[in-house]
Amino acid sequence: MFVSITTIIPEIWLLVAAVALLMLGVCYKGVNFSVMILGAFIALVIAVILQIIWFPKTQELAFHGMFITKSGIAVTKIVCMSAAAFCLWMSGAYFRLSATLARFELPVLIILAVLGMNLMLSANHLISFYVSIELQSLALYVLAAFYRDNLRSTEAGLKYFALGALSSGLLLYGSSLLYGFTGSASFTAISQYMAMQQELPVGVVVALVFMLCGMVFKISAVPFHMWTPDVYQGAPTPVTAFFTTAPKLASLTLLLRLIIELFPAIQESWKQIFWIVSVGSMMVGAFAGLRQQNIKRLLAYSSIGHIGYALISLVVGGTGAINSLLLYMVIYLIMSLGVFACILAVTIHPERPDTLTDLSGLAKTNPLIAFCMAILMLSMAGIPPLVGFWGKFYVFIAAVQQQYYILPIIGVLSSVVAAFYYLKVIKVMYFDDQLIQSSLKTSSQATLLAVISTITVIVLFIYPDLLINPLQQAAASLTLR
Amino acid sequence: MTIQEIAFYIFSSVAIIASLMVVSARNPVHSVLFLIVVFFNAAGLFLLAGAEFLALILLIVYVGAVAVLFLFVVMMMDINFATIRQGFVRYFPFAGLVGLILLAEIIFAITSIPDVGGRATLGGVAHPIPDPQQVSNAHALGRILYTDYFYVFQLAGIVLLVAMIGAIVLTLRERPGSKHQNIGRQSYRSSSDTLQLIQDKPSGQGVHNG
Amino acid sequence: MDVLLKEYLPVVVFLGVAFAISCAAVIASLIAAWQKPDTEKLSSYECGFEPFDDARRPFDVRFYLVSILFIIFDLEVAFLFPWAISLADIGTFGFWSMMLFLAILTIGFIYEWKKGALEWE
Repeated sequence: MFVSITTIIPEIWLLVAAVALLMLGVCYKGVNFSVMILGAFIALVIAVILQIIWFPKTQELAFHGMFITKSGIAVTKIVCMSAAAFCLWMSGAYFRLSATLARFELPVLIILAVLGMNLMLSANHLISFYVSIELQSLALYVLAAFYRDNLRSTEAGLKYFALGALSSGLLLYGSSLLYGFTGSASFTAISQYMAMQQELPVGVVVALVFMLCGMVFKISAVPFHMWTPDVYQGAPTPVTAFFTTAPKLASLTLLLRLIIELFPAIQESWKQIFWIVSVGSMMVGAFAGLRQQNIKRLLAYSSIGHIGYALISLVVGGTGAINSLLLYMVIYLIMSLGVFACILAVTIHPERPDTLTDLSGLAKTNPLIAFCMAILMLSMAGIPPLVGFWGKFYVFIAAVQQQYYILPIIGVLSSVVAAFYYLKVIKVMYFDDQLIQSSLKTSSQATLLAVISTITVIVLFIYPDLLINPLQQAAASLTLR
Repeated sequence: MTIQEIAFYIFSSVAIIASLMVVSARNPVHSVLFLIVVFFNAAGLFLLAGAEFLALILLIVYVGAVAVLFLFVVMMMDINFATIRQGFVRYFPFAGLVGLILLAEIIFAITSIPDVGGRATLGGVAHPIPDPQQVSNAHALGRILYTDYFYVFQLAGIVLLVAMIGAIVLTLRERPGSKHQNIGRQSYRSSSDTLQLIQDKPSGQGVHNG
Repeated sequence: MDVLLKEYLPVVVFLGVAFAISCAAVIASLIAAWQKPDTEKLSSYECGFEPFDDARRPFDVRFYLVSILFIIFDLEVAFLFPWAISLADIGTFGFWSMMLFLAILTIGFIYEWKKGALEWE
């Protein structure tokens, strides 16, 4: 056979699990929604275990070179799958709030989206690259509109879909140009071509620009960030939590692979683009967030800002910077999951808490969640005794080492601005009077996750090597062509 | 000018004009009909390029199914079409600018096409297009699609599965009150379940059930 | 390439004839028939009374569902054509490759069926 089955075993498992859950849900109407969520959670955990057992030691190709896996990709997959599993874990109580939300397709779609992410991380051919991105996006569009009785959710799904289709079109157009100019659709062959050529045709740069536009949309960085606040606000909260974590990391890693493997020869071109994208994202994330009253919109701008910091590493380049990028993203994922766990823990209605005022006085009604939220907000702001500080620190250090000074300066300044709204959340929880009577009923699973995330944020500050060391090898393998 | 060139210019100019009409037609149903014209001309262009299978699939799938779907969507929307156009003048300058930038990029790309010799040395084309006189288009596709491109073929299947789930999740509503025919139950019924013979009594005594 | 296109000559001739006839029908009626339009004649005819409102009413979303499910199976069938032609060349692997593809879509079909998406009510 042309493929050793172990290369792709987690993906096969995810497909089998999704199909099995779908059939279980549709054939046994009486199956409890909690059982479906639990089943999907277990399926993702098993996929993570399978990936750890069959961890690729070297670079492995499959299916005529269309599928690639190596340690960097496998590590990213593990992180993405774990993030998705945690999202499912904390979301059960939320979905049971409404009959429209508690439908068994939801966990199935999440698994299929994760399958798409895994496959796109492993893409090594323009066709598999595009089809897997579509697989992931299609599942995400449906998830955004899943709360279909709610106007905002439908709007979010429609906006996400219309703009996502546009970005896919750009991506496809760029891919077709790239194929036209290099004569091959295989990443391996394209990078060989790029290495051989003395002078590249302008068309390759145009292809790069189109593909970057498409990918920058997927990671929701400036100037393709407009959809983010609306979609994040409209989508059901656990789905928003999912959007800010796994697809972001997957798209960013794919973008990283794309520019390192396909376009190393025109480094200067994409470094300029990312310089602008990074500065723009940091600024927009910091300044546009200031005016936001809605929690999910606030977190959307925060996520745009965080992508901006991560992109600094992409401009700097080199193994050290890529390591700091991965570190930054993993830390962001932990914090983001924690923040959403806090929100979900006090959620009593699909649309509550909605604005910041809904959180007022949380310190009195639910001191544990308020404390976790405060710690996580401080960590997001990058304040020292927490791990968020290391994320920014390593990114800036990597930039300064390579003589990039302007980016870290802008980064520090915008994080000072952004700290304002993170602190505002804490102020609202601790010092504002409680306006709305919130019930004491909380989701125990989400609370557990919030506490775990908070503890992780503190522990990792003391022992950052727990994260840095495993990511070092991954970063090295990702920068290798 | 050969016949093929004439045909090419007819197809492409009609396609461009019709696509302009798609965005400028006042009535969205007309837009969809113009879109069908665009599909037909695109099919003609595919044909001229020698891709007859793609040309016919384009007709079957896009004209036969996607255009019908578009018509349904247009019909489904209960909107005032005059209000949609209100922003047109306001956004036109920006949209025009974006269009110009895209045009400039495409011109850049086209003017920089290298001579084919430069690419051929790479040998990157894994499957050169076979001579259409010996191997038909669909045959050539079939030879590689299910074996060499097995992986993306299956991925396409999974994408279709997700599309199916998505369409049902978002639009299917169960209407508990509605009555509908169950043909299985209907056929399963026998006369003995429902029909009762009642012994006729002499007149004047009335009918007693059972 | 030319040989391929020559096969389509009948189609071109056919389209030409169809175009000519349809143009002739429209133009002939313009020229030959009496044309005396007025507002009443041109207004839509609705059984003797004024039309109440626009003929366009929102469709039920089920039409959309049926047509999108149709498109999916239409695409599936589109994949079957090249497979059927080249089955002799692609061997057992090609055969099972299609079976797997069909199996995935059959899962979707079972889902549809059980979910009642194919019933109109």
